[in-house]
Amino acid sequence: MFELFKTRAEASGNTEVKRFETTLEALDFINDFLKEENIQDVAGSYAVWADGPLLKQIDTKVMEKKFPGLSFNVTRELAKGARVGISQLKWGIAELGSMAQDSADVEQRLASALSWIHVAILPTTKIVANLADFMKKMHPKEYKYMTLITGASKTADIERVLALGVHGPDRLVILCVDDLEVEGA
Amino acid sequence: MKIDMPKNVDEALESTSLSGILDRWDYQGTRAKAFEGVDFQALRTRIAKVKGGVADNFDEVAETFKKNAEANGIKVFRASSAEEAKEYIANLCKEKEVKKIVKSKSMATEELHLNKHLEQFGIQSDETDLGEWICQLAHHTPSHMVMPAIHLNKEEISSLFSDEIQQPLDNDIDKLVKVAREQIREKFFEADMGISGANIAIAETGSIVICTNEGNARLVTSLPKIHVALVGLEKLVPNYEDAEPILTALPRNATAQLLTSYASFISAPTLNDDGTMKEVHVVLMDNNRTAMAEDPKFKEALQCIRCGGCLNVCPVFRLVSGHVFGDIYTGGIGTILTSWFTDLKSAEEIQAFCIGCDKCKEICPGNIDIPGLILEIRRRKAAKEGIPAVYKGALQVINNRKLFHSLLKVASVGQKPFAKDGFIRHLPFFLSNFTEHRSLPTVAPVAFRDLFKTIKQPKSDTKAAFFAGCALDFVFPKTGENIIKVLNKGGVEVTFPEDQSCCGIPHWGSGSFDMAAKSAAHNLKSLLEDDPQYVVVGCASCTTALKKEWVEVLQSEGMDDLIPQAKKVAERTYMFTELVNKLVEDKKLIPKEGVDTHKLTYHDSCHAKRHCGISQEPRSALSAAGYEIKDMKECDTCCGMGGAYTIKQSDVSMNMLKRKMENVQETGAEFVSAECPGCLIQLGGGLDKTDSNMKAMHPADLMIDKFQ
Ligand code: SF4
Ligand code: SF4
Repeated sequence: MFELFKTRAEASGNTEVKRFETTLEALDFINDFLKEENIQDVAGSYAVWADGPLLKQIDTKVMEKKFPGLSFNVTRELAKGARVGISQLKWGIAELGSMAQDSADVEQRLASALSWIHVAILPTTKIVANLADFMKKMHPKEYKYMTLITGASKTADIERVLALGVHGPDRLVILCVDDLEVEGA
Repeated sequence: MKIDMPKNVDEALESTSLSGILDRWDYQGTRAKAFEGVDFQALRTRIAKVKGGVADNFDEVAETFKKNAEANGIKVFRASSAEEAKEYIANLCKEKEVKKIVKSKSMATEELHLNKHLEQFGIQSDETDLGEWICQLAHHTPSHMVMPAIHLNKEEISSLFSDEIQQPLDNDIDKLVKVAREQIREKFFEADMGISGANIAIAETGSIVICTNEGNARLVTSLPKIHVALVGLEKLVPNYEDAEPILTALPRNATAQLLTSYASFISAPTLNDDGTMKEVHVVLMDNNRTAMAEDPKFKEALQCIRCGGCLNVCPVFRLVSGHVFGDIYTGGIGTILTSWFTDLKSAEEIQAFCIGCDKCKEICPGNIDIPGLILEIRRRKAAKEGIPAVYKGALQVINNRKLFHSLLKVASVGQKPFAKDGFIRHLPFFLSNFTEHRSLPTVAPVAFRDLFKTIKQPKSDTKAAFFAGCALDFVFPKTGENIIKVLNKGGVEVTFPEDQSCCGIPHWGSGSFDMAAKSAAHNLKSLLEDDPQYVVVGCASCTTALKKEWVEVLQSEGMDDLIPQAKKVAERTYMFTELVNKLVEDKKLIPKEGVDTHKLTYHDSCHAKRHCGISQEPRSALSAAGYEIKDMKECDTCCGMGGAYTIKQSDVSMNMLKRKMENVQETGAEFVSAECPGCLIQLGGGLDKTDSNMKAMHPADLMIDKFQ
């Protein structure tokens, strides 16, 4: 399932899929990534991280100190100036390379829709085969706003030439984490 | 710089951007890839069933949606007309002191001319979909349902942007997109209201589903404090599961993607980022949709999911764009929607652009017979305005073969009077390229009906009645003779029922169903006289009449008593190569050994491929006869003949031919074959204009000495 998800997601427009056995490893990656992307307390170089289950495992205060410019309190202004937006997604759909977001909290949308790079954390165990299977897992009766995200923001409106990052991220980095929210555990 | 929209065919044909852009995109290839592993027929049957079912119960499903959405906290307003919808939105703006609006793509708002309406009250609406924004800056209407600015090239867009930001820009597409991002982003942050459409509205959960690739709808529904979605009733589905087939088909057919970058399901208001509660309004708009649902024919068009796929494959749209072939809604389906939602008069004009090639019907995920409905607009127009005397005159002539032939002989000498008064338009297609500017194809001195009497045939118990059609009878009698000789070798004796006349396709195609039905009735009797085992036809258009249209046209004209006979004829009818292929398979027709192979490319005429589903048989038969088939690019795209079309829309027709000729010649084949005299006249005419040695020939003429 993961392999198909990875293949399809990586074909959906400037998307990379990485897999980690443990949350710790994923966090290390994020640390390095924020460094690499040169996150600073300057508009355009912020990072915002929307609330999610993984955050229970880290000390956000320490992280914020380490990266001035990283904020766990996602406001519209911070998100607007963000280079990186991090959020956790609920489900992956292998056949489509898509992920489902519980978007009821506007923070989730701001972090994933306004930044240049969206870093999406996805529990590997929550990848289902196809759209029909996904629809059995997540129902609009329980979710006020949900979004399926597939690849980066794109357009072909000018001469049918693909261009990325029209209104949203021009790059999507998906971190599949094996030990996060293990289903049935 | 001001860029004008093309106002007429000539201007549209001159602008090469659109055709160039759509031609460079291998839509059909990428689309096929996106549908890999999906049973398209099953999928569209499901969509048609869901949406057709809703159209039967608009009121009930709309009420369920309203009840459930309201229970979630969404305000739902049911607007019966465009006026009511506009007024509701305008009043809401006044009440909430809305000054600035950001919009994501919504055809329904175009239908209302909403931006213009709000402008009167000093409210500024900005489009945020890149293509729509470009159109807004250019003061153009969208030329394509999914790619609204496809008629403009990057140079034109760069100049529009540079006027807007008052800075010089180069033509790099990536950079232009970034300019748009920067400009539009501020608008999202400043807007008091966001207006969107919806791709789906789910009654069971009171949700709307919005698909975008750019992500603008997420911002339109997130940053402003008020969100209004304008939703046509046809977007409703009963249950959550029903969204699945639509989400499967829409992105695959629209842009050959597995899913759009973003698909949002909004079911309830959520908190804004300042902690206040968002206001969400859904305006469910009827605007003649209920009336459309009550029309037994046009109800089908409500199954449209607005994927725009039909535009991408339409040979006419690809040449002239939606500004000429279309109104607010564009192309074939646009013509139909225009006739119900915006402007019947305009639809009655633009319907004439459809050549009836059926290319769109094949790939429509809503399973809509688009050309059939366009023909229905034509038929109703003909019925409303009455049938001009010249139509009647033409039919009478056609149905009297002897008179017709002698008239044609006279006409080939003195052509002018024939072309006058549009008389010619209603004659069978092979005469269609006879205009005041073009000569009539040479009418054979001896018609097939007379030639037939001189052909000696071996006797056989297997009999086929030959339906010659006007073209073979008068212009290509030799081809008729060759058909008989080939079939004789396969042990079939051919009869020629003398009383046959025109198949009725010309009348059917111009919307005069009553006359087409008369032709059908006349022919049925004569064809079934000797109770032949087969009816064989050497023309794809006539084949369509015999196999399909006679039954339909008799039904539509209430001549039910003739339907059993029409069905009998349909069952026994074979297109010539279809029968040859069968005889080869049955080992009745044996290819000669040691014949030289020749390279040939086969043009699938629309009638054969899509109306009758015949495409493999001619190729197999021609291969058996020693031809190496080299398929051309888009072998089943219309050549532009289309009967009277080539006269009525001669410029479009000639441009379609030009494109066809490029594909034909690219194969380097010795022959191009097609089993339709109309296509052959068109292709032959195209070849005459080049210095190629390639020949356009009927399969029978190519097979004559190839079997034992
Ligand atoms: S008519 Fe069919 S192909 Fe055309 S937009 Fe509608 S659903 Fe798509
Ligand atoms: S039938 Fe052919 S010409 Fe007519 S709308 Fe469809 S694709 Fe276009």
